[in-house]
Amino acid sequence: MKLAWREAPVAGLILEPGSTVEYKTGDWRVGKKPVIDQKKCIKCLICWIVCPDVAIIRTEKGVSEDYYHCKGCAICAEECPVDAITMVSE
Amino acid sequence: MYRRREEYSDVVVPYQGEGSTIKPQELAGMSGNEAVAYATKQAKVDVVAAYPITPQTIMVERFSEYVANGEVDAEFVCVESEHSAMSACVGASLAGARVATSTASQGLALMHEVLYLASGLRCPIVMMVANRALSPPINIHGDHSDMMGSRDSGWIQIYVENPQEAYDWTLMAFKIAEDLEVQLPVTVNLDGFTVSHAMEDLNVLSDDQVSDFLPPRKPVYKVEPEKPLTVGAMAMPDYYYEVKRQQEEAMRNAPRVLRKVTREYESTSHRKYGAVETFQMDDAETAILCLGSTAGTVRSVVRQLREDGRRVGVIKPWLYRPFPSEEIGSLLGDLRVLAVLDRAISFGAVFSPVCSDVASTLQDLEKRPKIFNVVCGLGGRDISPKDVRLIFEEADQIARTGIVRDRLKFVGVRE
Repeated sequence: MKLAWREAPVAGLILEPGSTVEYKTGDWRVGKKPVIDQKKCIKCLICWIVCPDVAIIRTEKGVSEDYYHCKGCAICAEECPVDAITMVSE
Repeated sequence: MYRRREEYSDVVVPYQGEGSTIKPQELAGMSGNEAVAYATKQAKVDVVAAYPITPQTIMVERFSEYVANGEVDAEFVCVESEHSAMSACVGASLAGARVATSTASQGLALMHEVLYLASGLRCPIVMMVANRALSPPINIHGDHSDMMGSRDSGWIQIYVENPQEAYDWTLMAFKIAEDLEVQLPVTVNLDGFTVSHAMEDLNVLSDDQVSDFLPPRKPVYKVEPEKPLTVGAMAMPDYYYEVKRQQEEAMRNAPRVLRKVTREYESTSHRKYGAVETFQMDDAETAILCLGSTAGTVRSVVRQLREDGRRVGVIKPWLYRPFPSEEIGSLLGDLRVLAVLDRAISFGAVFSPVCSDVASTLQDLEKRPKIFNVVCGLGGRDISPKDVRLIFEEADQIARTGIVRDRLKFVGVRE
């Protein structure tokens, strides 16, 4: 829910630290999203390291996609050594 | 010690009669620059970051002397450019300090980028601008090209006529800027040399009176290590507009706050201010509207013309941004012709800056005077009483014929 101008903090200040995660940059993504084939994944965590938006999440099983923050840059798909990540049309 | 200064201003210095309750005020002799430096000292500013430039230099010199002599507990930051001066001011203001600076001409132009940060981040900085022409050709003398070039930067803009007004408006500027309904920076504009360097007598308040009028700044938010806060973060298309809309609302609040502050200042200083000063406007048929020191010359000519029975008057806006459209509109209804003087050219525009605003004001009026724009006084070119008479003659001509021959007249230039 976006705030109206009267409610928004003055001068665009951000009053709470660590709030970047609340800003869903996933809606900047156009075209394709990365999809991880969990059967092929070897849990090497390279995608987790190279993702510039911290949109690959570590899970108990290995890794999963955070589509709320993924901007669709496809670096993960490019760098995956076993081609477990493919860019799929939305 | 006290007298009316009717010769050149309608601002009345109180006459201390028998049994007067008005506190005596010190009479000082100061140039506009010195008056602003003195007011800045009395305002107990925390930080001044400034870079000297003619014709503002004396203000910086005097203030740094005050700091060096321990007369004010302030940090004077020597910077390497005006861009840095305003940047340092923004930083200090965000940290909660009361901040002042000053500049002119090319210096203001170099600051231009950071002016938007000061207003957009809602820093109540007070800046004296000793108005000076912009290069080329290089020229150190007074005109309004510098401030008019930054007129949309979101700063509240005051234009003063003499050192007394420079002193008074500097003090009021802090109070207007820091009001929580406003939280915007303010410029106090002094015509280069004419006001910045000409020494005149003025009445100054005592330090205690100033402290009562202007208590320490109380910011809502400030940058401090204990309570982290993000300033100047990116706002995408989903939030930028909201932030700018807030800023415009603050501008719209400014006239109301200005009225409150001028009333409060009047009760201390017994000098009456407002958004607009008028002279002989009650029954005027033709009038001149102008900013700053030009009003003194025009007023003196109006006095002479009134002796000949001519119904002429003067409108001098103190406040230029936000433009006091309502006040000025209410003065125009019964006028037949209004000449608007601009000490700047807006190249290729229909009118120069001040006249553009006046023309927009006419839009809402049922009864409108004919208006014409006069560009004069560029690069310190003297605006003489003869020029003013010429302008009034043109106004008379228009009143008689109903025809505006030149919408934009250039007065004082060699033909």
